[in-house]
Amino acid sequence: MDKEYVGFATLPSQVHRKSVKRGFDFTLMVAGESGLGKSTLVDSLFLTDLYSERKILNAEERISQTLEITRNAVEIEERGVKVKLTIVDTPGFGDAVDNADCWTPIARYINEQFEQYFRDESGLNRKNIQDNRVHCLLYFISPCGHGLRPIDVEFLKAVHDKVNIVPVIAKSDTLTPREVKNLKQRVRDEIEEFGITIYQFPDCDSDEDEEFKQQDTALKDSFPFAVIGSNTVIRENVERPMRGRVYPWGVVEVDNPSHCDFVKLRNMLIQTHMQDLKDVTQEVHYENYRAQCIQNLSRSGAKERASRNKISRQSITELSLVPLADTEKLIREKDEELRRMQEMLQKMQQQMQQSQGEQSDTL
Amino acid sequence: MAEPQSKPDPDPEPKTEATVTGQDLFGYVGIESVLDQMKRKAVKTGFEFNIMVVGQSGLGKSTLVNTLFKSKVSRKSCNPSFEEGISKTVNLQSISHVIEEKGVKMKLTVIDTPGFGDQINNLNCWEPIMKYINEQYEKYLKEEININRKRKIPDTRVHCCVYFVPPTGHCLRPLDLEFMKRLGKVVSVVPVIAKSDTLTLDERQRFKERIRQDLWTNGIKVYPQKEYDEDAEDRILNDKIREKIPFAVVGTDKEHQVNGKNVLGRKTNWGVIEVENVAHCEFANLRDLLIRSHLQDLKDVTHNIHYETYRVRRLNESNLNGIGLSASPLASMNGTAVRKESESNL
Repeated sequence: MDKEYVGFATLPSQVHRKSVKRGFDFTLMVAGESGLGKSTLVDSLFLTDLYSERKILNAEERISQTLEITRNAVEIEERGVKVKLTIVDTPGFGDAVDNADCWTPIARYINEQFEQYFRDESGLNRKNIQDNRVHCLLYFISPCGHGLRPIDVEFLKAVHDKVNIVPVIAKSDTLTPREVKNLKQRVRDEIEEFGITIYQFPDCDSDEDEEFKQQDTALKDSFPFAVIGSNTVIRENVERPMRGRVYPWGVVEVDNPSHCDFVKLRNMLIQTHMQDLKDVTQEVHYENYRAQCIQNLSRSGAKERASRNKISRQSITELSLVPLADTEKLIREKDEELRRMQEMLQKMQQQMQQSQGEQSDTL
Repeated sequence: MAEPQSKPDPDPEPKTEATVTGQDLFGYVGIESVLDQMKRKAVKTGFEFNIMVVGQSGLGKSTLVNTLFKSKVSRKSCNPSFEEGISKTVNLQSISHVIEEKGVKMKLTVIDTPGFGDQINNLNCWEPIMKYINEQYEKYLKEEININRKRKIPDTRVHCCVYFVPPTGHCLRPLDLEFMKRLGKVVSVVPVIAKSDTLTLDERQRFKERIRQDLWTNGIKVYPQKEYDEDAEDRILNDKIREKIPFAVVGTDKEHQVNGKNVLGRKTNWGVIEVENVAHCEFANLRDLLIRSHLQDLKDVTHNIHYETYRVRRLNESNLNGIGLSASPLASMNGTAVRKESESNL
């Protein structure tokens, strides 16, 4: 006899079809000093030409430039799956002579996206919420250096509790294999030493096949990724056209895993962990923000409570859900209500007394 | 009949200029042997050369100095307690060695500047360096105006300052401009592009052009300065150099086998970067400039131009205030010196 077949095994494919129809959106932020190849890497990762028209400032202009946050959205499609990709760039970071607090605008931007989502979520019409929250921050570490620099440490500490950080070693074709290994070890040690939380790859389930597990461990061991980006396609003297950099002493191939970790990064970011990055942003970073926000509101609400202790239990819960500006108004309205009710009560008492007096009179 | 007599002038003016005419020798005199005599004396006394390296941590300064002089002369090799961490302030460290080649001795002093440009706030990180350079000029000046002078005044003045520009490929950063603007006035600055194996040839060319443009726009004079070319021959030679600066260098102390030969290089998975191969990088050009062709010129420019500028300014200041040369040297270019009342040496 056939086992009873209910039919919910098709749920994953239903979800899949719906998601494909709806499309995905992903916001990636890139940060790091100028000249580390951020724009080239983004263009290489997504095979776009977002930065082909950009103008590189000269030194004079650079002196007066302050940090700005730019947003570039592009829709890319592959085999019917649409992705709306937003790249948030931070030109001017770390370029000045005095870079104190140059990360504040970036932290503020990330918070603003959370705040906007928070408001939308608490709003009445939640059908078309635009998710502009930063799902992943790609931080570029300079290969010329002995590990993290003071500005790297300060920046990462300021944002590690707000966003998934994926550090990469930029322009790694300047390093020999041994130097890459040493630098990765140094960066890993310093990340631990300074207590910086970075995006952790989720452990794979025990029932995944061996190959997948091996790949996963290989991925975790090569962290942080040492990358190279290029938009020039080399056609001569190679078996197939490929992206790379031509030097007098050899050709660096971007796609070659023995040359750099670009392929690993691309796989991780796009093929295997894009959804997980979004999930962690939603479940961890956004929830942290939301909890903090509500705590702040109810704390200021508690201050109001201490000075006006007539407010009923119901209004407390109402207060914590409403933004601070409206709280004052609500308190006043409640006060009015209470006063009116008291007046009514008094009137009723008087009436009762009068009627009682009348009754006793008539009796 | 009175003959017109040439009366002697009542005030005969002494002839101030002797007329110098060329004379041909009709035999061998031996004047040319003065070159040999000079050479022998120079070899006996030896040479001094003081080179300063400035740049952010991790740009390969120590390695480059070791590669230039083919020996372990840098701070990294000499200091047993060397840590690779970033120091909180700029502190200058100078290390001296005597190196010898074919009987010619050179006392080489390498002045390193760890901590430069590494902090979050790098305002005025060039001040300790300016102070050091001016202190050396002051030391020399004191010796020079002494009544009993030493026969050979020890020369600790910085003859050359090699400034390392990170290979961003874009343009000079504000910090680079600030530093070179200030230091170009007191010392011979030679900018180089550090770790240039990260740039392809096209990128390198474009970067250099932009750097030259930035330097020119900001009025920064780097060595070899155009104004100090002595004659046409110098100018032609120096023009060729000026077209190529800043040199894109790569440094290493490791050797690898390439085509059966042992070469200094960096080995990667896609090839070996040969440091002394001019098709790969411009290390050889830098070495030739600093050592093989312009070493004496660097010292001359330091002595005749930078030191003289300092000396004139100092003496004018002392005269103006009627105070003798005070104990502390000028702290900065603007002459905001800290003065102490002290005895006059003049």
